[in-house]
Amino acid sequence: MILTVWQLDVTFASGTLAGVTDGKMPLIAKVATSVSKTAAALSRAAGRGDGSVIGGWIGLKIDPDLLAHLASGRAVALVSGTNGKTTTTRLTAAAVGVLGRVATNSFGANMPTGHTSALAKEGHTPFAVLEVDEHYLAQVIDATRPRVVALLNLSRDQLDRAKEVAMMAQLWKTALAGHPEIKVVANADDPMVVWAAGNSPQTTWFSAGQRWHDDSFVCPESGHPIERADGDWWCTGCPLRRPRPHWAVEDEGVIDPRGDWHLVKLQLPGKVNIGNAATALAVAGEFGVRPIEALPRLARVASIAGRYAQVDRDGRNIRLLLAKNPASWLEAFDMADQAPTLLSINARDPDGLDTSWLYDVDFSPLRDRPVLITGDRAYDLAVRLQVNQVPFRHVKTFDEALRSVPPGRLEVIANYTAFQDIRAELDRVN
Amino acid sequence: MSTEALRIVWIYPDLLSTYGDRGNMLILARRAADRGIPVETYEVRSDQPMPHTADIYLIGGGEDGPQALAAQRLITDGGLHQAVAQGAAVLAICAGYQLFGHSFYAKGAKCAGLGLLDITSDRGETRAVGELRGDIDPRLGLPPLTGFENHGGRTHLGASAAPLARVTAGIGNDGQTEGAWAGKILGTYSHGPALARNPALADLLLRWATGADRLAPLDDTWADRLRGERLAAPTPA
Repeated sequence: MILTVWQLDVTFASGTLAGVTDGKMPLIAKVATSVSKTAAALSRAAGRGDGSVIGGWIGLKIDPDLLAHLASGRAVALVSGTNGKTTTTRLTAAAVGVLGRVATNSFGANMPTGHTSALAKEGHTPFAVLEVDEHYLAQVIDATRPRVVALLNLSRDQLDRAKEVAMMAQLWKTALAGHPEIKVVANADDPMVVWAAGNSPQTTWFSAGQRWHDDSFVCPESGHPIERADGDWWCTGCPLRRPRPHWAVEDEGVIDPRGDWHLVKLQLPGKVNIGNAATALAVAGEFGVRPIEALPRLARVASIAGRYAQVDRDGRNIRLLLAKNPASWLEAFDMADQAPTLLSINARDPDGLDTSWLYDVDFSPLRDRPVLITGDRAYDLAVRLQVNQVPFRHVKTFDEALRSVPPGRLEVIANYTAFQDIRAELDRVN
Repeated sequence: MSTEALRIVWIYPDLLSTYGDRGNMLILARRAADRGIPVETYEVRSDQPMPHTADIYLIGGGEDGPQALAAQRLITDGGLHQAVAQGAAVLAICAGYQLFGHSFYAKGAKCAGLGLLDITSDRGETRAVGELRGDIDPRLGLPPLTGFENHGGRTHLGASAAPLARVTAGIGNDGQTEGAWAGKILGTYSHGPALARNPALADLLLRWATGADRLAPLDDTWADRLRGERLAAPTPA
């Protein structure tokens, strides 16, 4: 998002106060809300973005408590974790939608500016489901007083910038310790999450599987090794162990706390998304939504800000998969069909500047299909694939990739800015 | 070599394994196998005894707590000291590099290192994050070093350790020199899979471990392109 937009809008603020419906909101908050919505509209009109950050940024400049004002009176759920939060937020918003209108930050703008924009844009809604960047969870809990907080997972993600995994788990633990009133919905399969959530008096556990174990070999409580067998795990030096889940993925469905199994039909691919759906059902359950009511709504979600989107071009059916860190690459390989696959890697600021993580991903599942590589850092990927004995071909552009594969499915797996580049080639498909 | 196969040990991946540290083991194994050298790799956890009969030992980066714990356990175990005394080759990265020295700082406290490299480490005022480049000690006869560094440490070399490289971009030990070597031990602040960008360094370790003067050349087209790109990439002034 671009700072230059900030200079051209405040004068547009007057005259749109009617958009604010909460009569109890202080005047400054009303003005801030109005300005925020105007700026978002301007940002979209100027073609500079989807307006999901700039409006909130300006609104918070005018009223630092704006997020708290906007959240007050709504039943709020927050969704945080390293991976799956955008998809889970979307599915949760769909599920909670059974009960009434839901405000949500569906473009993945997951810091307080994005939350502020999302709430301002929707006007008053009885519910809000917000994706929260894991670093901001404490701050957003304080501002929005959520009824439910969902904790998905914690794994390595951009070490050159982000806090390390154990420190993040500690931040979460501290954030929740001051709020015993919050219902926590947490992943029983991730030791870091269980430890972070463990002291909350009202915790609902879900089991969605954990494919990535490299960041939880060591118990965050005792420092002893964690053992795993048959989906279970336990610390060898202290009582920390996997809690019994209330919600669990089984086959192509989800078992609810009463023990009933529900078939989960999704347009989103992969077992990972059944896990995300289980989490969404668990969060919605805290609001009183039953799986049978929510499932038809989950089935209607087709893509999320371009993720999983399918585009037909020149006889090729292109499917976009976003993979930002080692854990999500493993999940993408699980989702992808055995079809020609284009991998694209950048290392710009939003991606993290360091490509070392490539060696934490085992690319061997791709040995059985044609692989193309592209992106700013294609050479890093080339060396990695060579070490992994995965044959590949380097292409300079997305068009060249399209021309290089036969008609039919082309799977595209890309990290953040590489994904956005390809999405731009495809008319910013949602 | 101690046995017919080349034996590579990755020291304590449960404690010291940040981004891509596994890569160095994968690259060494690949480059040996591509030359018909049989390879065995061992990941030795911190609750297991450290074997002293392997040919190459790898140790990676990590957080302060695990770094201090790893140093303590290696000192108590003694297997690594014995291996080095028997002439094993070592690649030590970041936190692993620091703990090979006499002392280092973790969580504000001075900790005893293994004393296998004549270096001491403390904390810098700023964190060094970004591209790292240097001209490698001419006695090693290798092309320039390229890496990515991400550390808060500063390292000072004693008389019996030589800098691995003279810094041309980035910080390394102190903005002047980068890494250290002595005998068959290499230490560097090039973090994670340092050998991906420096196949010549990988081959140096393989030559040390096998005793071979030369190794059959490999097709390094992609590694050379990667090196060309990274050595030419802009760095902050």
